[in-house]
Amino acid sequence: MFGTTFLLAVRSIFRHKLRSFLTTLGIIIGVAAVVAMVTLGQATTKAAQAQVASLGTNILQIRPGQGFGRGGGGPRPPDFKQEDVDAIAEQVAGVTAVAPQAQSTGTVIYQGANWSTTINGTTNAFFQVQPWPLVSGRVFNRQEEQAGKAVCIIGNTIRTNLFRGGEAVGERMRVNGISCDIIGVLSTRGQGGFGDQDDVVIMPIKQVQRRFTGNRDIRLMLVGVDPAYDGQQVQASISQVLRERRSITGGKEDDFNIFDTAQISATLTGITTLLTQIVTAVAAISLVVGGIGIMNIMLVSVTERTREIGIRLAIGAVASEVLMQFLMEAVVLSCLGGLVGLAVAQLVVLGLAPLMQVPFLFVPQINVIAFLISALIGIVFGYFPARRAASLNPIDALRHE
Amino acid sequence: MAGDPIIQLRRVTKVYGDGPTAFQALKGVDLDIAAGDFVAVMGPSGSGKSTTMNILGCLDVPSGGEFRFRGVHVETLGRDQRALLRRKYLGFVFQGFNLLARTTALENVELPLLYRGDPKKERREAALAALDKVGLKQWWDHTPAELSGGQQQRVAIARAIVTSPDVLLADEPTGNLDSERSVEIMQLLTSLNRDSGITVLMVTHEPDMAAFARTVIHFKDGLVERIERAHHQGEAVA
Repeated sequence: MFGTTFLLAVRSIFRHKLRSFLTTLGIIIGVAAVVAMVTLGQATTKAAQAQVASLGTNILQIRPGQGFGRGGGGPRPPDFKQEDVDAIAEQVAGVTAVAPQAQSTGTVIYQGANWSTTINGTTNAFFQVQPWPLVSGRVFNRQEEQAGKAVCIIGNTIRTNLFRGGEAVGERMRVNGISCDIIGVLSTRGQGGFGDQDDVVIMPIKQVQRRFTGNRDIRLMLVGVDPAYDGQQVQASISQVLRERRSITGGKEDDFNIFDTAQISATLTGITTLLTQIVTAVAAISLVVGGIGIMNIMLVSVTERTREIGIRLAIGAVASEVLMQFLMEAVVLSCLGGLVGLAVAQLVVLGLAPLMQVPFLFVPQINVIAFLISALIGIVFGYFPARRAASLNPIDALRHE
Repeated sequence: MAGDPIIQLRRVTKVYGDGPTAFQALKGVDLDIAAGDFVAVMGPSGSGKSTTMNILGCLDVPSGGEFRFRGVHVETLGRDQRALLRRKYLGFVFQGFNLLARTTALENVELPLLYRGDPKKERREAALAALDKVGLKQWWDHTPAELSGGQQQRVAIARAIVTSPDVLLADEPTGNLDSERSVEIMQLLTSLNRDSGITVLMVTHEPDMAAFARTVIHFKDGLVERIERAHHQGEAVA
């Protein structure tokens, strides 16, 4: 009976192509919307995670102050000193390296071309904390670092704009009027959510402090954490060391904050996941509407095909066979609609992913789930019309005009 | 050549509706129809002939009395059991042909075999043989829209006989056809009756068509009024 009704259903569907297409349109749109939304949502999450990961994983950023949006009165908390950097590096277990940073903005000039950029003073620890390989040249040597020599490592944006993509190592450029030897070029990191990370000049921190900032303050410390250690534990230890050094006692709040990139990542993932869920819920409503559309057209179809049903009953179809045929039609239609919807979804994702600057993804689970739901919709919304068809009286059905 | 009665109606009544609006369509019909007979059923509208045909076709059940088909008490059977009786032993031909639209002649004829669950090859062979019997074998791949009225009715007859039923029920089979096509259809039914021994029950308004039958049953006011029997096939009764 299954084979027979399946055959009858498929024949009936392909004999009425327009009607079939209109019936499935709702399912096609619903499935395409759900799958595209979930896929794009996951792609967005992935892109956000990738951006955060580009900052480096297992990195703590430590700044003076009390975190975001906690401005207000009182004197600004003091910046860190080199002694703080050394203390963390020496006293806290699980810290791989501590890179101090002193930042300044400046203009770099090479052969008449000039460019405004960020000048980042740090030590070689900067390259231990995060993986940021050089494409050419070398990092600072010991002497350059200790003495704060006028050497610099440039980001790819500088190379593109001042050196037209050509060889820069060994050249000499002016940084805020100071002549500086280029010893290395960084690999490209690209546009992150935090601006162009390649638009940077990295110099020994002592040089930056002496020539540009005019003090020995350190505005930011990057701390590399050994993944074998518990991140929370390391953070707590660092906090303790800094509180001691900054004479914060008792119940007083920290006047610095430790920012974990893993935390940023988790927060971003949470936000994008929530957004994905909301958009998916909206798309799911369209899928239900699509199911109601199937029921609607199937009901009209049953009325329109009353005579056909009468013929089938007269020549010996039992009620359950008529029911099965109509149910099968609904299920086959909604499954076909589901398949077409999946195809449309991939095209939508393929088209939108570049515009949204997210990677193209294929998420097998959501495709399978959406297909199963479309089959389920066929059964649920096909049953009522099918039962109506099966319960027709053959005599009345045959007389129906 | 009267055989055993394949159909027996005893005091069959049929009431539509209930209460004061109830309408008694049949008022106690007694009728025996022999296997292999060719019966024309005549009578004015409302005489009960259509109701009787619905009951004989196992599409409807009597309100009272007995209907025995091949010895089975049909009045005791449920919907699906009657459907199975129809599938196995009955063939239907309608005034309006009632072929499935956009469906080839072959697929229309195959339909009863599909419900019977025959394998594809046998279905095809049997359907082609039935189309051959009605002279439309070369038209097998045409849809009803591409066939004339007479051809459509012959496809419908092929569909009715493809299962080799015991009884063929025809409800005004020539009602929508001109006289020339009508005679062709009647000749086809006559030869099927004669060659295959299939019992034919036919409702008609036209005495010319009834003249092809061996037995003519006249209905009036929910009862059998009279039964005429011709002595020879095709001989005019009156």
